Amino acid sequence: MTVIAPPTFAELTQHEIDAIRRDFPILSGEVNGRPLVYLDSGATSQKPRSVIDTERDYYEHENAAVHRGAHTLAALATERFEDARATVARFIGARENEIVWTSNATEALNLVAYAIGNATAGRGGDAAKRFRLSPGDELLVTEMEHHANLLPWQELAARTGAVLRYIPIADDGALRMEEAQQLVNSRTRVVAFTHVSNVLGIVNPVSELVALAHGVGALVVLDACQSAPHFALDVVGLDVDFAAFSGHKMLGPTGVGVLYGRAELLDALPPFLTGGSMITTVTMESAEYLPAPHRFEAGTQRVSQAIALGSAVDYLAGIGMSRIAQHESALGQLLVAGLEDIPGVTVLGPRAGEPRVGLASFDVRGVHSHDIGQFLDDRGIAVRVGHHCAQPLHRRLGVTSSTRASAYLYTTTDEVGEFLDAVRDATTFFGVTP
Amino acid sequence: MESLYQEVILDLSRHPHGVGLEGNASGTAHQVNPTCGDEVTLEVHLEPGTDRIRSIRWDGHGCAISQASASLFSDLAPGLTAAELSERIEVFRTAMRSRGTIEPDEELLGDAVALGGVSRYVARVKCAMLAWVAGEEALAAAVSV
Repeated sequence: MTVIAPPTFAELTQHEIDAIRRDFPILSGEVNGRPLVYLDSGATSQKPRSVIDTERDYYEHENAAVHRGAHTLAALATERFEDARATVARFIGARENEIVWTSNATEALNLVAYAIGNATAGRGGDAAKRFRLSPGDELLVTEMEHHANLLPWQELAARTGAVLRYIPIADDGALRMEEAQQLVNSRTRVVAFTHVSNVLGIVNPVSELVALAHGVGALVVLDACQSAPHFALDVVGLDVDFAAFSGHKMLGPTGVGVLYGRAELLDALPPFLTGGSMITTVTMESAEYLPAPHRFEAGTQRVSQAIALGSAVDYLAGIGMSRIAQHESALGQLLVAGLEDIPGVTVLGPRAGEPRVGLASFDVRGVHSHDIGQFLDDRGIAVRVGHHCAQPLHRRLGVTSSTRASAYLYTTTDEVGEFLDAVRDATTFFGVTP
Repeated sequence: MESLYQEVILDLSRHPHGVGLEGNASGTAHQVNPTCGDEVTLEVHLEPGTDRIRSIRWDGHGCAISQASASLFSDLAPGLTAAELSERIEVFRTAMRSRGTIEPDEELLGDAVALGGVSRYVARVKCAMLAWVAGEEALAAAVSV
């Protein structure tokens, strides 16, 4: 099992968490007449003032089109845009030319799938031959994927004649690695899986899966949406070929996501979206494309969002990802231990004491997640309800939906306590019998 | 909380009315709420040779609001003509979309007025409407043949 938080880092003190909370304007607000208890950071995080200010300052003082125009503001905007790329690259141990801006993680994953599809259709010349799929080639995902890392591969399989297979999970949510070993074979071309399950909170064994995939020459695509915001992500150390994550889940604004790709792969992949700003030469018949990352950044870019994401990364790095991970891991354990204690409540995924990040999804016997969420909302507690874009996973676990509480660096143990009290009261209100 | 989850709603969510499909319906419809995966399949059975509703049968799963709402719909419909039920569905829809400004009409909607509190919770209106939209569709199928 991956150990998320090395014990060598000092825990975030209450004093520090109080200071962090003051950086997030929304956290001092009220909902339904009660102080907001925000436990939906797995869906989207709140934003510190520094990120909000960065985006506003950009529009007030630096706004211009990047990578075009020779005037002073255009040069300044371009510099800020590329600086943000460098900041994000450093954050995950990558090089600048290995970071592609996308609209969100979903677009990043689609980019890889569509580019492979384009290579299969013969685009990208000799360099892209290595990506071409033949009927009967296999794409491998897992049963716990978010739809964003499932549907692009379903569609790619449908377009190319490749076969989509999946690694099943055990009842406790762990991937069945003995089956993974059987599933990975010489026809496997892509292994795409999530680093951390957005429902189970479980951390998948990346190194083992990478070893299996690379053993047969398959590409590894990592969905890092629930890992990059919460613990130190080292894409080179993990040896993944691609990784995707979104800005808004890690204190950044909406509208910006990140695709990491190993430079030699990105430079060989044909483009996904085409148009302005991604070419060297265009004739009426054909075009030549820039090297990565710009060949994947067609059209006007999400400049203010990228710069603000750089600011978000600075904020996280300033506190330290290891300390954030340690804090959230402790909250995750509190959540699970507390929920397991409430009659009629079943936690999905690892039990208390097993490694998990700072989130927990649960089922309340006989009560729909919407009703639980409504009860909590009445007390100012924000959680996620529904299938969390993971219908096959819920089906596998025998539930149609669940309620999820997800913490972040600004979440306090008191908030977890309030949440647990409210869940207990909800079971009484809805007449759950012990 | 209590205005949304009236006792009758909590009771019906635990002991729903009209559950169980019979087949050979005059009209059938299936509705899904894609945000939560709630679904309902609903049958309209007409009195033979008329457009009068004999019974509503349904099956599905979802939140307390959607389950109670399907029960209340199946209690309301029997004995009404297709036109009368269509009118009531429209009245219910208008009340649900009113953001708390229109109290549902008890003369037309009977016990379904217990769902009146839902209209103040915009995110839950779809839950309350699910069975009624399925009913509307099934009814249209029933009278078109």
